[in-house]
Amino acid sequence: MNATVRPAVSVNIPPITTSATAKEASAALAMRMTISKVNFFYGSKQTLFDISMGIATSKVTSLIGPSGCGKSTLLRTLNRMHETVRGARLEGEILLDGQNILKQDVTAHRRRVGMVFQRPNPFPKSIFDNVAYGLRINGSKDPISEAVEKSLRHAALWDEVKDHLHKSAYELSGGQQQRLCIARALAVEPEVLLLDEPCSALDPISTAKIEELLVQLKDLCTIAIVTHNMQQAARVSDFTAFLLIGQLIEFSPTPQLFTTPGDPRTEAYITGRFG
Amino acid sequence: MSPRLRWRKFVSGFMLGMTGVCALVSVSVLFLILGYLVYHGGTSVSWNFFTKLPAPVGETGGGMANAIVGSAKLLLLAALIGVPVGFFGAIYLAEFSGSTTAFVVRYAADLLNGVPSIVIGIFAYSLAVLPFKHFSTLSGGFALGLMMIPITLRSTEEFLRSVPNALREAAMALGASKSKTIATVIVPAAYRGILTAILLAFARVAGETAPLLFTAFGNRFWSQGWNQPTAALPEMIYRYAISPYDDWHRQAWAAGLVLLGLILVINIVARAILSRGIAVPRT
Repeated sequence: MNATVRPAVSVNIPPITTSATAKEASAALAMRMTISKVNFFYGSKQTLFDISMGIATSKVTSLIGPSGCGKSTLLRTLNRMHETVRGARLEGEILLDGQNILKQDVTAHRRRVGMVFQRPNPFPKSIFDNVAYGLRINGSKDPISEAVEKSLRHAALWDEVKDHLHKSAYELSGGQQQRLCIARALAVEPEVLLLDEPCSALDPISTAKIEELLVQLKDLCTIAIVTHNMQQAARVSDFTAFLLIGQLIEFSPTPQLFTTPGDPRTEAYITGRFG
Repeated sequence: MSPRLRWRKFVSGFMLGMTGVCALVSVSVLFLILGYLVYHGGTSVSWNFFTKLPAPVGETGGGMANAIVGSAKLLLLAALIGVPVGFFGAIYLAEFSGSTTAFVVRYAADLLNGVPSIVIGIFAYSLAVLPFKHFSTLSGGFALGLMMIPITLRSTEEFLRSVPNALREAAMALGASKSKTIATVIVPAAYRGILTAILLAFARVAGETAPLLFTAFGNRFWSQGWNQPTAALPEMIYRYAISPYDDWHRQAWAAGLVLLGLILVINIVARAILSRGIAVPRT
């Protein structure tokens, strides 16, 4: 590494063009979101360095890397949640369907790019009102109860809660609460769903349910998920990006990244030598 | 048992006993006051007390209807001033202001809370009595309202701050604007605490006498309007208690009992509100 403040960046050639199979796939692949040359700062501290990658339409893209590598930060920039933090600054360009998201109205943008957080965070309202929240604040004219049922079905929660929709959301288990949060995000029909370590507070059974769900949800929307669980990334995602101290080290189709990583640091991480 | 262990056991038992005694004292003070009030004032609380005007000296009987209505009017005015200012100020502090502004405002509110109530009375006197050249219900409500501001502000802010940030993020990630987030998530999540705080602020100023002495002033008859002097329960207690007449003393005790009863009711209502709705669980 050279002596400059900014570490040398060794971003791999976008992997979709590296392997033959990926090449074939890339012809059909549309990018729902494109991140180009994103630099991110908290005050004077830079936490993301020159990141460029795409989030493929109707695929699951996972972001992995050790704690503090910037994967959550990167995810949060995609629906501009970073703007809620004082002193956060973003340079570069992020496109959603070809439009720069930083130039859009922020609330309108967040309706198109939903987010599920690390810990289940239902509102202190009933199950129904939680799911209906996004519809109501957006002044939806559609029959709300149908949309609520649809979202709960998509989140594989309907059968468990249909008889007590008006109970407090806090009466659900942690895993159910997280699926409720997914249903709440799905209710506004986002084009992209971001999940920030959605299973880190959950038991293995709830985790398995959510992973299963993610694979099904691909048809409904594009998914980007941050996880520190490499097996999870391998199980659910089509593409995986490996980040290390704010840099994108490798971005490949998931099977390729986990079987034939292109960068020695990726290999070191996925084989458990650090992180 | 070694002497050291015996000593430790003794200290432990002694301290446990002390904490228990202190807890008992704090509870018994309330019951002593309550018992004392009932003993001295209970007999004078009658239907007449609530419906009649004060009787002239020497005549027995009479009530404090005008003071009860006066207190209600004063509290209404105080709430109209104190609640909105405190509530919206707290929203600004908790949700919008920078940490320096918040620190300064919070500090000022704490100081204002510590200003002796008699000083608030003088302030209200010079601002709301002198220019109009007469005492009034309005000026009394103004003084009490000023006292409510810092109490409402500080406690509302605390309750707003205690709403987990995760809920703010959840709402914003669904495309809610900041103001929508506050109106539909933050305030509903904190409303029980906020309402309780407001009611307690209410109970606190309901018993204030000093600020009323130079503002609402007192009145032995029905107040003739909002810009005329009015009687109030605490002010009547003060005047009756320092009078030389036994009958008035009894009435003062009765007024004390009624005032305490009012505050008790407010507290019970606050509790009832607290037990309703969905609370954010502590994590």
